[in-house]
Amino acid sequence: MHAATLTPSEDGKSLVNYRLVKLHLTAAGIALLLSMTAGFLYSLQFLGFYPFGQEWLAAGRVRLIHTNLAAYGWLVNGFTAMLYYAIPRLTGKRVWSDSIGNLIFATWQFILLAAGAGFLLGKAQAIEWGETPTGFRPGTFELNWIPVDALIVVGAVLVIIQFMVPLYNARKTKFYVSLWYFTAGLVWLALTYLMGNIIPEWILPGAAGAAVTGLFIHDLVGLYVTPMGWGLMYFFVPLILRKPIWSHSLSVIGFWALAFFYPLGGVHHFLLSPIPDYVEYGAITTTIAIEVVVTTVVVNFFMTLRGRWDALRTSMAIRWFYAGAIMYFITCFQCAFQVTWMFQKIIHFTDWVVGHAHLIMFGTFTFWMFGVIDWLWPRICRRNWASQSLRSWHFWLSVLGVSIMFFDLMIAGLIAGFMQKDLNHWMEIVSSSVPFWWVRTVSGGMLLTGMLCMLYNMYATAKSNEIYVEEDNMAPLQEGA
Amino acid sequence: MERFYTFFFVAGLGCFALAFTLSMVFPWMSLDGYHGMDYQTMEDLAQTPSAEFVQLSEEYPEAFEASFGAVNSESYAEALQLGRDVYVGQACWHCHSQYVRVVSNEAQRFGPASTAQEFQNALNQPHLWGTRRVGPDLGREKGKRPNDWHIAHLIRPKNVVPLSVMPSYDYYFEEDGTPEKEGFALVTYLQWLGTTYEEEGNTP
Ligand code: HEC
Repeated sequence: MHAATLTPSEDGKSLVNYRLVKLHLTAAGIALLLSMTAGFLYSLQFLGFYPFGQEWLAAGRVRLIHTNLAAYGWLVNGFTAMLYYAIPRLTGKRVWSDSIGNLIFATWQFILLAAGAGFLLGKAQAIEWGETPTGFRPGTFELNWIPVDALIVVGAVLVIIQFMVPLYNARKTKFYVSLWYFTAGLVWLALTYLMGNIIPEWILPGAAGAAVTGLFIHDLVGLYVTPMGWGLMYFFVPLILRKPIWSHSLSVIGFWALAFFYPLGGVHHFLLSPIPDYVEYGAITTTIAIEVVVTTVVVNFFMTLRGRWDALRTSMAIRWFYAGAIMYFITCFQCAFQVTWMFQKIIHFTDWVVGHAHLIMFGTFTFWMFGVIDWLWPRICRRNWASQSLRSWHFWLSVLGVSIMFFDLMIAGLIAGFMQKDLNHWMEIVSSSVPFWWVRTVSGGMLLTGMLCMLYNMYATAKSNEIYVEEDNMAPLQEGA
Repeated sequence: MERFYTFFFVAGLGCFALAFTLSMVFPWMSLDGYHGMDYQTMEDLAQTPSAEFVQLSEEYPEAFEASFGAVNSESYAEALQLGRDVYVGQACWHCHSQYVRVVSNEAQRFGPASTAQEFQNALNQPHLWGTRRVGPDLGREKGKRPNDWHIAHLIRPKNVVPLSVMPSYDYYFEEDGTPEKEGFALVTYLQWLGTTYEEEGNTP
């Protein structure tokens, strides 16, 4: 990468549109609050305390709010804010258009509202992680709700052009690692969304469609969330540590192996199913291969930290980033085992998988976004963090909460899985899980409390009048080793 | 090498296309092309209304007539589709799976393992396999329980299975337990699950 220029572009506007960064971060925070509240409420269903009896607040519908707002509300808004900050600084070019930026922001929040209301009214689509309503009565082209899927396509295409313009304008320069991930990730986002929401719904039924929905669940995490996540790590970690990434070769291996192997693993979400076995073998092998790759990336980041361990104490953002990296490693390590048929027999339909999903979506990617917020928020508000202790509470509640949740659900899953195999009565299986569901709800409460600390702190910071003194954090990045 | 076009075309489009071919086009070709599986439309599925559907019409003649009119293949099709829509909208499929695997003694617990052909129909587009079993698999639910059991269970699962954690769906039923349109549809749909497997010539 050639040092990001900080001079305003020709028309005199600043390189980064901070207003859009702030708007998207705020929306992300609100979405996270709603998503986690919904998740917490849903967990009460398992303890017999679910508070609502109305149809529109049925537990299953609230669950859809939890997962979809986590993905499309929190992570997409958060990553978009991060891209508004990082891409212009890495390319030296402004995004396509500020007014399109406003349009994207408004469209995206409308999509979230329409999707959320659609779930509560029972208009969900039968695609995991893609439950956003099609807007059509199934099997017909009669409208029965706002066509959210189509709007998402419009929104996603606008987002992609918005960021492809600076990337394309910088095509003559050598790209820094973050930009590899961002460029490919944006292309993948469009393709993944189109594939997952169109093919199983309109074209391929049954088992062949299931291969596609499996690939969709997988790619949404692996080809959008993961590239954005690693892209931001490659951007912020060297920036904060003020040193280059340890090994460029490992960065190259990490990127290309992700691009090559990751999408091949999609079918592993439906192993031991009527999908042909040879396709499953392919998915299993490539998933195990991914584990090796992940290790190289994690090693690269920890070698970068070598000599700067003090940053774990001095920088809250670095602490979030590296805590997330450890969780990432654990998730992927677990994955290399759970993807085999031997593990699948036992754990496939159990809480083990729920724990796995929370470790990666919360423990890693949400942690990384927390890191970004911790670093960016004072800078874009130009105010110091209002409370230091709330920052610490947020961190420790989240680390402890997600770790407890992960181990708890893993054990619950193993017990339930073996009991299923041993032909125990179904209600014995359910009863055996209840104590673990209690722990899950308590740990979820810890995560929720931590997140409330962060949101309050963000609010208090924005409102405070303690001006943030800009260190020279705008110094150009080092040439990526 | 480390420039825009590489990442846009080779990584972005290329790697995606490769994976798409291997994990979508291949299974599709070997399932659809090689085995020549037939696709059943909604009309095919609803040709003969199930015995359970007829029984509902006899047990609740007035309410049934108000909801679906007479028993025929159109009303059966309507009930199946609505039942599936409620099942999707209520996210039942996030607590119940709909395929039986060949492992973990599942055939003993639920019934014979699933085939690809049984999902080749309009009511499995998209499929409702699910990825989590809080409750049991429902892929072989047809005929396992009488209609009355389902109605009582959906109104308040705890009344039937005291430790159940399944939500109550009492709003699809009247005070005295008579199903409303959605209630009829849900029970009809549940009593359909597994039909296409039996139609392949298998015995349950
Ligand atoms: C929170 C998870 C959850 C949701 C959501 C849920 N169920 Fe259940 N379901 C269970 C559990 C647990 C059982 C086992 C205990 C029982 O029979 O109540 C069960 C059992 C059943 C059974 C009995 C199966 C048998 O033969 O023993 C049927 C039928 C059923 N559910 C249908 C549904 C339908 C239809 C919906 C959606 C309208 C639904 N469930 C939503 C958890 C759930």
